[in-house]
Amino acid sequence: MSSLPDLVCPAGSLPALKAAVDNGADTVYLGYKNDTNARNFAGLNFDAKTMAEGIRYAHAKGREVLMAINTFPQAGRTADWHAAVDGAVDQGVDAIILADIGLLDYATRKHPQQRLHLSVQGSATSYEAINFCQREFGIRRAVLPRVLTLAQVEHVIKNTTVEIEVFGFGSLCVMNEGRCWLSSYACGESPNTVGACSPAKYVKWDKKPGTMETRLNGILIDRFGDDEPAGYPTLCKGRFEVQGETYYALEEPTSLNVLELLPDIIKIGVRAIKVEGRQRSPTYVAQVTRTLRAALDAARDSAERFHVKPAWQAELAKVSEGSQATLGAYNRPWR
Amino acid sequence: MNGNFTIPKFKLPDFVASLGHKLPQWPHALVLVGALNAALKMKLLPESELAMLEDKLFRVRVLDTGGEASYTYRSGLFRPVFRPEREPDLAFAANLSAFLQLLARQEDPDTLFFNRELEITGDTELGLIVKNMLDAVEWPKLPRLPLASS
Repeated sequence: MSSLPDLVCPAGSLPALKAAVDNGADTVYLGYKNDTNARNFAGLNFDAKTMAEGIRYAHAKGREVLMAINTFPQAGRTADWHAAVDGAVDQGVDAIILADIGLLDYATRKHPQQRLHLSVQGSATSYEAINFCQREFGIRRAVLPRVLTLAQVEHVIKNTTVEIEVFGFGSLCVMNEGRCWLSSYACGESPNTVGACSPAKYVKWDKKPGTMETRLNGILIDRFGDDEPAGYPTLCKGRFEVQGETYYALEEPTSLNVLELLPDIIKIGVRAIKVEGRQRSPTYVAQVTRTLRAALDAARDSAERFHVKPAWQAELAKVSEGSQATLGAYNRPWR
Repeated sequence: MNGNFTIPKFKLPDFVASLGHKLPQWPHALVLVGALNAALKMKLLPESELAMLEDKLFRVRVLDTGGEASYTYRSGLFRPVFRPEREPDLAFAANLSAFLQLLARQEDPDTLFFNRELEITGDTELGLIVKNMLDAVEWPKLPRLPLASS
């Protein structure tokens, strides 16, 4: 049997990082308080001081720290992204997660010893793309976009020596990662440019008797009844009128949850399983990390007898966006 | 905090809120502001984010107790506002159990929001700043109370 994949958990703050480490994450990933990472939200993330403390905490317990520098350098400001890469190396992170090819080139030339991962924002879904990045930039791991079936993930793994990381839990979006401009269409800003999808300053939650309306830069995204679960205010999760019918035309507010597929994911040789949610609180990080740790350990102990415990599902369902979960593309019959 | 102790989801009976509305609201505001200022004194709240709260009006409403507190942040201190003369910049509303679960870090604010147990209205970015600021606080470990041990 293949070895157990690393559990890679999100940290938007120092307490979240500690929650991940204390609850069984093998690896945490984090970012700076600026637009060099795709969770550039007000009040979130790390400055140099908290990052140093976080890295110290994780390393003292034998865990790894990855730094996400996964946005695209903006015209005239390339130096900011270079500085972020240099800073990550100085801080002694175990790997840097990069999406931009220019930045991968900079990092591999300037810091040839630094371990590099290809971000999901790099949008590499084929082994050809991944092997190209290995040949040119020496990437050691690639995070796959959440659009492949399990058979396709296996096909990639069989045709590359680059480690493969897949998403295991977290909010789903339209998943055109690194190439999505829906947020820019509504408000002129997107993860690729400013590091945030649907930035909060454009979001309005409008409470009226019996309903709540969500607007993004004035555009009505959704309207919830008092008993309906809510989701993040992104265009891809809005309800729109299409040919006379109003429904979630692009994507429903939902979360990916691969618990059921864990034995298969381990068997095909996935090297790491990632949890989404640097924007969430330390409580979420603790809840999800603890649950996935228990499930992974159970799958290691006995793959044949592995079954998903209802308590795990209940814990993950509770914290899910839209309070529902899916296996996403992994088990889709179509491609 | 004792890991075995969890705050259940509950809602107080309606008559509590109808009584609560008739009671003076200033004690809630004083308690809340006192707690926030204590956190300030212990330097638990980051200064860069605090600057963004200057002169903003906040309102916390506990739906099932009928309690409500308004406060602002000015010149380095949180201050109660007993008679707010305008709509708050940011308003939170939830039942008591949800607020307690949040404070105990037992539930995540996004979870409560998705499940419609926490209402956030007003300036969404300000809400995110407050949420992330509180998430980033490393609360000192409280001594374990004999009462809570099992």
